[in-house]
Amino acid sequence: MSTAVPSAHAHAEGGHTPFLQHHFREMSQQFDAAKIGMWLFLVTEVLLFGGLFVGYGIMHARHPEAFMAAHHHLDKTMGALNTVVLLISSFTMVLSVWAAQTSRKKLLILFLLLTLACAGTFMVVKYFEYSHKFHEGLLPGKYYSHKGDTVPGQFLFFSFYFMMTGLHGIHVLLGMAAIAWLVWRAARGHFSSAYYAPVEITGLYWHLVDLIWIYLFPLMYLIS
Amino acid sequence: MSEGVLHAGAGHAVHHADYLEEPKGLWSWLTTVDHKRIGLMYMWSVLFFFLVGGIFALLIRLELLTPKQTIMDAETYNRVFTLHGAIMTFLVIIPAIPAALGNFALPLLLGAKDVAFPRLNLASLYVYWTGAAMAVATLALGGVDTGWTFYTPYSTTTGGGVTLMVLAAFVLGFSSIFTGVNFIATIHKLRAPGMGWFEMPLFCWGMYATALIQILATPVLGITLLLIVMERVLGVGIFDPQLGGDPVLFQHFFWFYSHPAVYIMILPAMAVISEVIPTFSKKTIFGYKAIAFSSVAIALLGFLVWAHHMFVAGMSLFAGAIFSFLTFFIAIPSAIKVFNWIATMWRGSISLEAPMLYAISFLLIFTIGGLTGLFLAALSTDVHLHDTYFVVSHFHYVMAGSNLIALLAGMHYWWPKMYGRLYNKKLAAISCALIFIGFNMTFLPQFVLGSRGMPRRYFNYLPQFQDLHVASTIGSWVLAAGLFLTAAYLLASFRQPKGMAANPWGGRTLEWETTSPPTTHNFEGQPVLQHGPYDYRPEPAPVGVKELAH
Repeated sequence: MSTAVPSAHAHAEGGHTPFLQHHFREMSQQFDAAKIGMWLFLVTEVLLFGGLFVGYGIMHARHPEAFMAAHHHLDKTMGALNTVVLLISSFTMVLSVWAAQTSRKKLLILFLLLTLACAGTFMVVKYFEYSHKFHEGLLPGKYYSHKGDTVPGQFLFFSFYFMMTGLHGIHVLLGMAAIAWLVWRAARGHFSSAYYAPVEITGLYWHLVDLIWIYLFPLMYLIS
Repeated sequence: MSEGVLHAGAGHAVHHADYLEEPKGLWSWLTTVDHKRIGLMYMWSVLFFFLVGGIFALLIRLELLTPKQTIMDAETYNRVFTLHGAIMTFLVIIPAIPAALGNFALPLLLGAKDVAFPRLNLASLYVYWTGAAMAVATLALGGVDTGWTFYTPYSTTTGGGVTLMVLAAFVLGFSSIFTGVNFIATIHKLRAPGMGWFEMPLFCWGMYATALIQILATPVLGITLLLIVMERVLGVGIFDPQLGGDPVLFQHFFWFYSHPAVYIMILPAMAVISEVIPTFSKKTIFGYKAIAFSSVAIALLGFLVWAHHMFVAGMSLFAGAIFSFLTFFIAIPSAIKVFNWIATMWRGSISLEAPMLYAISFLLIFTIGGLTGLFLAALSTDVHLHDTYFVVSHFHYVMAGSNLIALLAGMHYWWPKMYGRLYNKKLAAISCALIFIGFNMTFLPQFVLGSRGMPRRYFNYLPQFQDLHVASTIGSWVLAAGLFLTAAYLLASFRQPKGMAANPWGGRTLEWETTSPPTTHNFEGQPVLQHGPYDYRPEPAPVGVKELAH
């Protein structure tokens, strides 16, 4: 048996788990590539939201009274509740990664399901917030029909509120789909200390979704 | 030369079917994850849309043959130049080199079996086709007449297929991002053993710099385009001054992507040229690190110059002066590359094969395009030249001329590797000359037209401009003749039997060490780097010794 020969022949051995793709020489290389890919994707996400944050900042600077008046229509309690729910979900996601790394299949499924439950709670709270706004006519752009405004231009705030929380909500839904897929794979015993890249990179994505909300919450709900 | 000679090298006996033959059938192509097949499908898709966009270009030039209406009315003219611009930018130039040649060549140059995420790679092709179908479908909705830049407030108020076209560009952005993510991960993790960052072929550095821009700039365009859709559908108000928004904000957002996107178009071209010139000069590249780092410098500086598109859009003079300075600054890394290529050719053993003819054409055309950019970077001259034919000509030299001539250089360079066949070299030389002459004949007169005050995008013009417009239109026919001739002899090469040597040009990079065409897995086993990518010293380096490329 050759021991110290460089990886020139390793590719022919098929790897340590059935999940090693043929074009990688070893699992660690595949794992690193997956992580680089996810980090790059997260960069694109930050820039995608960044455009909206910049637009919000500029419009806020130009219409401070309208934004101030409009943000009083938001329910701070609901927003704070959702912030807590997402923070908990990030914690359970970290525990999921830990459970996968240490090959604890049952705990992995449990923590993933808890994460999924938190995400679901977030969406339910969001649903009640949205339907309340719809009911009062606090809608984006030309659909804004709220009566009795003293400060004009409040629709601009709700344009950004719905675009930014809407885009964030789509990301939560996509994250839920990814986590559900992880549960499905975890139940089939795919993940162990030898292979847990999907759990890890979904975790990275989930933390970013959480982080974006951490910025959205004060920006929308806590203007002063 | 060695073309047409059956390869009889050691260790490459023909017991594996090549990637073109195995597996067989249309379905195997549509579901393939092989980077080479995906690269070829991208290449043919890009060439198809190049034909479509080119036909629109010929129609534009034909219309401008006379000062008044020639073949179409003004509204049609607006739609035709918009489609020409949108198709050429989003469907041709941006994917041309990275997604087509890059996909084919990058893993081979790195000694890898595939890109890091082969399924993502295939997804990017399908996303591209989806976006392309959406762009074409706008024709059914009455077309788009905003110009490819979609400036507000016109784009948020005019009818037709603007929403669909904008969404098409949004979707196409994803295909570009997927390619960028894939290439960076591939270059980081899949280099052959022994290949450090500075033993990579310079093509890979160019692809890396391109991918950086694709990742950092494309999402901003994505959100900007979505904001146009939101403005049209919901009236959100961000770009509409009547609602408290700002149309100039759109221009900032748009150019924050679209100026770096200019470097998505030129960096891959430079990457191809950096491979072709040393191979046909039989000489080590001059200034390897300078070329490598100047690619990254262009990628990063490219993010700081966007507002030079907006000198007359009501920006403060101070901001204008800063953007003007930064724009001059970005000429430096571009010039570093040109001087290094010329220094590489100096005292080299130059063979004027078709790829090299294109590379030399590139040097001339890129230099003209680059130097005329400095006129536009200067605040005072830009006020005179802004939105004239001078700008049109400048960006055609840089985007169209440089990018497409480099695409042709790369296609002629890697054609034997792609298909195991060679084209007719005499016809290749003739068509290169036609393309070079036709291109310059089309666009040199436009510099003069612009400096005399001919505005861009105008349907009619003053009679005194007609002579130069006629010259430009005749030039477009010469250019088209050259391109159709190229298409003819490239297609004719398929009538020859496969039988190219592994290394017909005597290149030193890894793709020439496998068969032409390669097998699905590219190499027999994992190649280990034994010499630098441009090591043209007469004595072959002893096996097992690794040498630097500079």
